[in-house]
Amino acid sequence: MSETAPLSPLDAEGVDTAVEAALAAFDAAEDLDALKQARIAHVGDRSPLALANRAIGGLEATRKAEAGKRIGAARGRVNQAFAARQSALEADRDARVLREEAVDVTLPTDRRPAGARHPISWVQERIADFFVGMGWEIAEGPELEAEWFNFDALNFGVDHPARQMQDTFFVEHPEGPDAGPSGLVLRTHTSPVQARSLLERDLPVYIACPGRTFRTDELDASHSPVFHQVEGLAIDTHLTMAHLKGTLDHFARAMFGPEARTRLRPSFFPFTEPSAEMDLWFPQKKGGPGWIEWGGCGMVNPNVLRSVGVDPDVYQGFAFGMGIERTLMLRHGIGDMYDIVEGDVRFSLQLEGTI
Amino acid sequence: MPRIPLPWLAEHVALRGGTDAETLAADLVRVGLEEEAIHPAAVSGPLVVGRVLTEVGEPQKNGKTIHWCTVDVGPEHNAVNPVDPEGPPSRGIVCGAHNFAAGDLVVVALPGSTLPGPFPIAARKTYGHVSDGMICSVRELGIGDEHDGILVLDDAAVRRYGLESAALVPGADARSLLGLADEVLEINVTPDRGYCFSMRGVAREYSHSTGAPFRDPALATAGDLTPASGGFPVELADDAPIHGTPGCDRFVAQVVRGVDPTRPSPGWMQRRLTQAGMRPISLAVDVTNYVMLDLGQPLHAYDLTSLAAPIVVRRAAAGEQLTTLDDVTRRLDPEDLLITDSPDGTGSRILGLAGVMGGAETEVSAATTDLLIEGAHFDPITVARTSRRHKLPSEAAKRFERGVDPQLQRVAVRRCAELITTYGGGEVTGELTDVGSPAEPVTITLPLDLPARVVGVPYTAEEVLGTLHDLGCELGPVRAHDGREVVDVTVPSWRPDLQVPVDLVEEVARLQGYDRIDSVLPAAPAGRGLTQGQRLRRRVADALADAGWVETLSYPFVGDAELDALGLPADDERRRAARLVNPLAENQPLMRTSLLLTVLSTARRNVSRGTGDVALYEIGLVTKSDGAAAPAPTGGTHPGDEVLARIEGAVPSQPRHVAGVVAGRREPAGWWGPGRPADHTDAIEAARTVARAVGVDVTVRADGPMPWHPGRCAAILVGDTVVGHAGELHPTVAATLDLPARAAAFEVDLDALVAAVPASPRQAVPISTYPLAKEDLALVVAESVTAADLTAAVRAGATGTAVGDVLEDLRLFDVYRGAQLGEGRKSLAFALRLRAGDRTLTNEEIVAVREGAIAEAARRCNAILRS
Repeated sequence: MSETAPLSPLDAEGVDTAVEAALAAFDAAEDLDALKQARIAHVGDRSPLALANRAIGGLEATRKAEAGKRIGAARGRVNQAFAARQSALEADRDARVLREEAVDVTLPTDRRPAGARHPISWVQERIADFFVGMGWEIAEGPELEAEWFNFDALNFGVDHPARQMQDTFFVEHPEGPDAGPSGLVLRTHTSPVQARSLLERDLPVYIACPGRTFRTDELDASHSPVFHQVEGLAIDTHLTMAHLKGTLDHFARAMFGPEARTRLRPSFFPFTEPSAEMDLWFPQKKGGPGWIEWGGCGMVNPNVLRSVGVDPDVYQGFAFGMGIERTLMLRHGIGDMYDIVEGDVRFSLQLEGTI
Repeated sequence: MPRIPLPWLAEHVALRGGTDAETLAADLVRVGLEEEAIHPAAVSGPLVVGRVLTEVGEPQKNGKTIHWCTVDVGPEHNAVNPVDPEGPPSRGIVCGAHNFAAGDLVVVALPGSTLPGPFPIAARKTYGHVSDGMICSVRELGIGDEHDGILVLDDAAVRRYGLESAALVPGADARSLLGLADEVLEINVTPDRGYCFSMRGVAREYSHSTGAPFRDPALATAGDLTPASGGFPVELADDAPIHGTPGCDRFVAQVVRGVDPTRPSPGWMQRRLTQAGMRPISLAVDVTNYVMLDLGQPLHAYDLTSLAAPIVVRRAAAGEQLTTLDDVTRRLDPEDLLITDSPDGTGSRILGLAGVMGGAETEVSAATTDLLIEGAHFDPITVARTSRRHKLPSEAAKRFERGVDPQLQRVAVRRCAELITTYGGGEVTGELTDVGSPAEPVTITLPLDLPARVVGVPYTAEEVLGTLHDLGCELGPVRAHDGREVVDVTVPSWRPDLQVPVDLVEEVARLQGYDRIDSVLPAAPAGRGLTQGQRLRRRVADALADAGWVETLSYPFVGDAELDALGLPADDERRRAARLVNPLAENQPLMRTSLLLTVLSTARRNVSRGTGDVALYEIGLVTKSDGAAAPAPTGGTHPGDEVLARIEGAVPSQPRHVAGVVAGRREPAGWWGPGRPADHTDAIEAARTVARAVGVDVTVRADGPMPWHPGRCAAILVGDTVVGHAGELHPTVAATLDLPARAAAFEVDLDALVAAVPASPRQAVPISTYPLAKEDLALVVAESVTAADLTAAVRAGATGTAVGDVLEDLRLFDVYRGAQLGEGRKSLAFALRLRAGDRTLTNEEIVAVREGAIAEAARRCNAILRS
């Protein structure tokens, strides 16, 4: 139409028509490219409104104001409409790009292999943390141990049946099998750490010792010849069996939840007197809640204190020990000892993060 | 461990109404006798005596002949005769056995009964009849192994099973006749409580637990207390007591004459022996065993006519031998205590190992009419050592080594003689020997407040004294001593375990009940938390797990196979291992000297189970060969600093190592690509991860001991000290262990790393906010120049200029080999990040640093800047 007759800035109707045409063209633009073409056609230098604007300069002075105002308003409307359409189309485009970039987020993401701690390790660490939280310290000792620490210092006489019942691994004399006994064994319990701690530390002593122990049992579903215990020892001037019971109850709750409690039964260990077996009330026991054996304990025998130079007339205290495998098996429903000892990575991986 | 048939126990103590094995176990566990097992009644439900009325053989198509019988099972159980409704009431039963006939008495399991197996019996249709029960064999009843037909209750059976003929009538309860109705409780007796290896002892404990009245079956009669005379000569001649305690301090012997050797022991006694786990043999042997089980006194019966006076109790001489009842000829030790007699001079013939096992020669036989019954008291340590030495844990030894009541011998021998003459005829003669004088029971001075002080329960004086009285102690008057009230307590003869005051404290606590003890949490003094070593060990374990390694555990036992699999040379230090005397497996008698010895086995197991991509590690102790023999002085006193130092010094050092194996793909294949195979770098990086977790700087250099690839292994060093190795496994090692090619491994001495942690905390460098300058350098060197050496040269050159140390980071980012570099040359490219802490670096300074690095690389490594 511009070719037929240039739009006059005084042609109000014509200007309106041009504006409407521009708006219609913007609306009709489906994408930013089409909008660009429409802009050139309706807002560009050769567009009717631009030409009309240029034509204002040639009008009579008295008509210039009217024409300028009309054309200015028209161009304002057109520019505004263009901007609105452009931002709408840009938003559409942005949304489309994001849509097109979508991926399947359920695809596997494990590009790095997973690692894990062994459950026995983190149970030991949890136990250590529990005792450290009470102000106790964590003691350690060798696994290949002197018989004196493993037995004699703990009041196990050479001929006492209890010493025979320990199913001990004996270590050969370093100079060969004919050189006589070596006086060395694989520790049958973590209790030698009691004697070592009392020799090394200042009194009072409050220590726990998680560690590895050895008995000549065949491996089966519930026994392992190599297993772990945690030992506890508290020696002070005032400790009684009630303090032993209190410590055990607190420990049981920490490991097994607020309903857990312990029960003591008379028993015998050479290094404690009185001695007790410790049962744990276990709500998740197979076949219904009930008591299960958890470990042994008692008041430290005065002979043990004398062996390490502590005066039993001034100091007394208690000791206890329990199996870590058993604790782990109870907490996590592990039915087979083989899973714990065989080193299959699937066992460590499946319990990772369950502390 | 002792088995307790309930009716037997009930002879000595009044069991509470309705007591079964389970309630008995609950009552006994309160006083410390733990349940080992409950052996249920062998048979439940109706098991009765039956008389076969009619029996018709019916051949079957399958070639078998079955017997269709009517059996009279007593008025209570009989039904309408299934063959002839007018015939005598009975049950119809199909039986496959042939060894019986009409008129025989048999044992019938009626529908509703359960035989051992368990094998429940029900009426069932078979071979065209309804079989309304089962006629039983001894095997089906669980009282013997014979399976040649059913059990016919004839005269032989009456003798064999000790039945009373008069009781064998149709309908009689065969469970009680055959002892198949009794429950038996097996208990676990702790080593201090030898007296509980008897019905007498267990009954006493039941009385302590429940307050039920106890009748001591071992009360001495006036006759038991009169001096003995006219007996068989016995001499106690122990010239080498152990720890000064005579091997035998009492020997009682009674002559019994005229016993009928063909008479069996009574059925009730045989049943009780069987229930208690012993095999009936003959009247004399059964009675000695029965009295032992009942009272706790081991006894021995000799054929009197084969003995040559005097009997001498002495130690063995070197070189002596004895063939024991188990037909084993044993070389005796001078510590063994012997019972001997004197056919060729005093003590010339060995009769047995005292308190452990008899010899074959003087054993009672089927022809023995005159007996000598021995009841002695032997030293527990002597018996324990002999029993252990000869691996003879006999019933007698079990009791003697735990301590037998030294006042029991006369009573037990008398009861034994009475039972033998009651059931075998003959007479108990006046020939009774009683020599020796056992030690008196100890008297302990007990402060009355000690139980409360140790146990934490405020026991009254009445409770303490009353408990000790109930226990059988004799109490002196309460008296003052050192400002405390004390009482002198003489312990009962059957409690040799009670020696010191705390032993009595335990008895008070035990009998008053452990359930009286409160639960009081003690307040420990403030602690210092985990040690540095403990904290760092956790960091290492967590760091490896975070890096994708899986922690495992393994047994520390190894043998030649493991050492050989690693290809260790014959003189390798890792072959010098501590050896076990009694290993679990004969082919693994050594303690590991290197963690990889067992960690590689763990890896192999995982691979064999299908985990082909594996990275696993273990933290554990290894044992060095620096052990010595350790003295083991008796406990109870401090051994002295010098002895203690020798004990501690004898224990070999056992450093804690960390080791790992990586095989297959280190990074998994997936939709993102093929993954990455594991190689030596993964092992070396793991070792570096360990060092970083500990906070110690390590360096690496080429090394190649077995089991590593000689060209792909790094030694890990702290300063100049090698603390470990890492790299690819030697191809033969990987092949031997069925591990994938290129599997890699590391092992680091964790204790050495922890020991290298600087004593004072690392000091921080301020973070500079001045602009960063980046410079890249590509340096061409000979193949023989290592990355570590060239990196060190670049670092030294870059930091050694007048500009000062402005090298924030140095990273080797590329290795290139190509034709234009020339044969045997390589180009290593470094990225340098330069930044000063106090200024912006000028271009001149940056160039100076770069030139310095190039110059030093040229000087040390003949490096040329790649153009």
